[in-house]
Amino acid sequence: MRSRILPLIATLAVFVILYLIGWQRFPAFGTTRVVGNFLTDKSFLGIAAVGMTFVIIAGGIDLSVGSVIAFTGVFCALAIGQWGMHPLVASGLILLIGAAFGAAMGAVIYYFKIPAFIATLAGMFLARGGSFVLSQDSIPIDHPFVNDISQIFYVFPDRGRFSFVAFIFVVVLVVGIIIAHYTRFGRNIYAMGGNNTAALLLGVPVGRTTIGVYTLSSFLAALAGIVYALYTKSGYPRAAIGVELDAIAAVVIGGTLLTGGVGFVAGTFLGVMIQGIIQTYVNFDGTLNSWWTKIVIGLLLFLFIIIQKVLTSYRGTLTFRLIPGLSRPAAASGTSASPP
Amino acid sequence: MGFRELMSDAAEKQTPVLQTSKLTKWFGPVRALYDVDFNLYAGEVHAVLGENGAGKSTLVKLITGVYRKDSGAILLEGQAIEPHSPHEAQAYGISTVYQEINLIPTLSVAENLFLGRQPMRMGFIKTGEINSRAKALLKTYNLDIDASHTLSAFSVAVQQIVAIARGVDMSAKVLILDEPTSSLDAHEVQLLFEIMRSLKARGISILLITHFLNQVYEISDRITVLRNGEKIGEYLAASLPKRELVSLMLGRELVSVTDEGNTNGKAAHQNERSFLQVEGIARRGMLEPLDLSVAKGEIVGLAGLLGSGRTETAKLIFGVEQKDIGTIYVKGQKTTIRSPRQAIGQGFGMCPEDRKIDGIIPELSVRENIILALQAKRGWFKTLSRKRQEEIAVEMIEAMRIVTPDSTKPVGQLSGGNQQKVILARWLASQPELLILDEPTRGIDVGAHAEIIQLIKRLCADGLALLVISSELAEIVEYSHRVVVLRDRKKLTELTGDDISEQMIMHTIAES
Amino acid sequence: MLETKTAVEPTTAPTPFNLMQTLSRNRRFLFPVLALILILIGNRLISPTFFTIRVGPDGRLIGSLIDILNRGAPTVLLAIGMTLVIAAKGIDLSVGAVIAICGAVAAVLISTTTLPPLLVIAIAIGAGILCGLWNGILVALFDIQPIVATLILMVIGRGIAQLITEGQITTFSNESLEFVGTGLIGGFPFPIFLSVIVVALVWLLIRSTAIGMLIESVGANDRASFYAGIDATKIKLLVYIISGICAAITGLIITADIKGADANNAGLWKELDAILAVVIGGTALTGGRFYLIMSVVGALIIQSIQTGIYISGLPPTFNLIVQAVVILAILFLQSEDFRRLFTGAWAKLRRQS
Repeated sequence: MRSRILPLIATLAVFVILYLIGWQRFPAFGTTRVVGNFLTDKSFLGIAAVGMTFVIIAGGIDLSVGSVIAFTGVFCALAIGQWGMHPLVASGLILLIGAAFGAAMGAVIYYFKIPAFIATLAGMFLARGGSFVLSQDSIPIDHPFVNDISQIFYVFPDRGRFSFVAFIFVVVLVVGIIIAHYTRFGRNIYAMGGNNTAALLLGVPVGRTTIGVYTLSSFLAALAGIVYALYTKSGYPRAAIGVELDAIAAVVIGGTLLTGGVGFVAGTFLGVMIQGIIQTYVNFDGTLNSWWTKIVIGLLLFLFIIIQKVLTSYRGTLTFRLIPGLSRPAAASGTSASPP
Repeated sequence: MGFRELMSDAAEKQTPVLQTSKLTKWFGPVRALYDVDFNLYAGEVHAVLGENGAGKSTLVKLITGVYRKDSGAILLEGQAIEPHSPHEAQAYGISTVYQEINLIPTLSVAENLFLGRQPMRMGFIKTGEINSRAKALLKTYNLDIDASHTLSAFSVAVQQIVAIARGVDMSAKVLILDEPTSSLDAHEVQLLFEIMRSLKARGISILLITHFLNQVYEISDRITVLRNGEKIGEYLAASLPKRELVSLMLGRELVSVTDEGNTNGKAAHQNERSFLQVEGIARRGMLEPLDLSVAKGEIVGLAGLLGSGRTETAKLIFGVEQKDIGTIYVKGQKTTIRSPRQAIGQGFGMCPEDRKIDGIIPELSVRENIILALQAKRGWFKTLSRKRQEEIAVEMIEAMRIVTPDSTKPVGQLSGGNQQKVILARWLASQPELLILDEPTRGIDVGAHAEIIQLIKRLCADGLALLVISSELAEIVEYSHRVVVLRDRKKLTELTGDDISEQMIMHTIAES
Repeated sequence: MLETKTAVEPTTAPTPFNLMQTLSRNRRFLFPVLALILILIGNRLISPTFFTIRVGPDGRLIGSLIDILNRGAPTVLLAIGMTLVIAAKGIDLSVGAVIAICGAVAAVLISTTTLPPLLVIAIAIGAGILCGLWNGILVALFDIQPIVATLILMVIGRGIAQLITEGQITTFSNESLEFVGTGLIGGFPFPIFLSVIVVALVWLLIRSTAIGMLIESVGANDRASFYAGIDATKIKLLVYIISGICAAITGLIITADIKGADANNAGLWKELDAILAVVIGGTALTGGRFYLIMSVVGALIIQSIQTGIYISGLPPTFNLIVQAVVILAILFLQSEDFRRLFTGAWAKLRRQS
């Protein structure tokens, strides 16, 4: 078994078990209506968490995502409602602003060697403060285009809805997986998180990649903000407080090592869905305090951190066998000794 | 020096692949490398040898662009080059495999081989091709592994081969191997040598840095010896006897084994009951079972080349590393020592080899550094009063002649010699019964050097038991009552009385 | 080299006092204190009555300075614990959640049981100790990165507080407990006394014993500390427990102040204020040397900015932006690479001209 995948399998197991528990208790868990709602409700968190996955794999952290989501919402609501921008223009603009914001944090982290924790904490204050400066109150978004968009959804046979925001989430997920595994940028992120010094020696453009990864994270946070605004049809400066924590939890539960270098975008998807299941279960139950959600997520977080600790401290050495007689051409292959 | 400088005829005719001429590097006032001419010819394995501080790693780091030279030139195939980073050196065709393998442990073997140069199709990596090409590439190194596995899942030997394969595959003319065998077992070493030979056959030149002398003779064609930043000479391995090599490295001429030896107490302490008695301590990959004893008022020297197991012995005794087997007796009582804290509880103290990393607390003041071990021993609440602390500090500063304006100066701002004295002072303040000193005089100027040796002798006269490690044979000979000689992580012998002489130690290292 | 064979006379005689030398040596202390004075002067410019302190009808001293000390007490308390944690190369993200837990414990016990108030306070502080112990065990024994280890309690903590209050905002009416938040001694609000007492006690515990030096030693060079025989595990447990106690006392003040426990909002984001106060005070996030009193100054700087924004009539939400700018300015000044960037650019400019 490949040790890299072990945490992911643990996540999958937890996901399946929780889902089955939910299904057994509330048969509605089996319907596409509930599943579709999972996706829609958690789409903004999921999009932000994909960005967080890259940051954590690179060995960093991004505390600013919740604030960027709120800022985006307020900005869009104002741009559409008061400045008369078309929603598409407003979205394009805020995505650019988000990317630039992330690039600035990345540059501060790389060039001034300021810990990511502190640099993104400052970013969190700035973005949250910025959204309060734009508006103190919740601003509704009412625009024909936005209303049309919210009406786009695919209806499953049993009348569950696959909404437009869920669609964006799935697209981000797929693109995220492709970036992570099939681009040099993605592999460089893994390399940097695995061993920063070695990555530099192997020719990984560490500066560009660091800035790129925070750019990506803030860009996705802005996208999550757009999705959140679509979902709530409003912009609110107090929105999405603590979403960065949920995103970090989703990433860790999804099997990404907080020490960097190892992780899966697909795992983050499972981590987000696990949170969705727990929340839905608590909601359905009705007697449970809604804060059970946080506690269960926290306990899962604890569980996975312990699993990670055990896995990383275990330095298993795969056995290998070498082919004797090196002077002979290599074609004379010996016993293949693939690891157990 | 009276040694033949041997140059092969063939080599003199051809231009070296890699050449340095009058290469010089200063670190502040310290001369790390001075006027070094180094020649690496096509298809040879060339070992660069020298003790710590000889300038080996400075030479390598200048060639690979980690450091910038102060003067001199680096020529690759006759062309002057000036790499600014290891990556740039790689582009010139100079690949380096470091002792601490610089690959990404969390990526797969295949990805490590092709990081930054993955085969692409329409902007996307062809993952399947990476794995198959990696497998094929490693086959040429007779390594049959599943390259899609994480690198860290494989042994160091495999990781090293992967690093070599990557370097060579990226068009290497020159391969630099920095201590490649230090964590390999005998079988793996042979495997690496096979690979080096086949690379040599392909015309690749290999610069080898190692401290295993037997391996040098087994694999290298030519040897360059450095000492104190200067080139001592360049020799054909086949015509340089090992004894001469050892004396070149240590900078002492070998005369016959009959000179004066040392004048210390002549095994006077042999019969006294030992303070420390060590029986068969060993740890896999670090040290083979070793016996040792030290009595009060006795200095036992640990001699051997770098990597011979000297430091490892000290670390096992002091509980820094855990021994696999073996027993430690203190005053005849069997004791368990699993941490420095427990060792200190038994009355031990240890000045570690790397004082910057393991010794000083740079931000803390001289006073705090001096009383640290004593205070740690006393616990949280039996606090030394500020007045008492100051007394101890001033007393130590005077006794050890530590050059500092006052006891409040952060230790990080003192010179190396004074830092070393502060650490010594820290242990003396804790009033130990046994003091382990690992290279107490390294990187210290001449004046401080003599002072520290005087101090060691004085401590011994005061009844302390001392176990001292040093690369300076003259030093060991001067103060030791007994000398334990190590090589290749094994104790070779124990010299006493008249047998203690530089010649005898070198003789033992080279011959037995 | 500087080293000579003859040692310099050990300085037994005190060198004459030199103002410039003292100033340059203590630049680290000077900078935050100057910043605080400047901010206070700035506040005075905004509000002419800023420095005025008058006596209210109930004997209470009223004035912006008193207000800063009173409102700043929670941040001061948290910053004390946080300073020690950071000095030992750690960080404690959970203090906000611990505030909520301890506040909830106190509010629920006082309103639903007949336990004497002092016992309730003791139990609440005990809860803080448990929280600190949990963090300490994860960091010191399980060797989990501090930021990760304390994140767990940060996520779970508010849920636990909610469970304790059963999701209600628990209110109570008990003069003894309320005194912790709103009581007066000699006209001064009790939280000011509390913070002064805690600062003094921690200072005594840390600086009059060897503990402070051992914390610095472990934080500055853990390997050398290991060689010197220092028990880093015990040190780490201790600093997280102290941080837990400080958070618990803060929780009591906040709960007593509002006469109720708000599990959702009590102490929200207080950990960030505390970390910021420590950093402003000059203790590096990388551990080692710490400056307890300077952290207090840092906490007062943060509170003065907030009070200043409040009295200037700007919306309080500007706090965040101003704080962000202050953090960035301070961090840039502390960053060697930032300074090098400018000295490098300066050198280049001079070379060109």
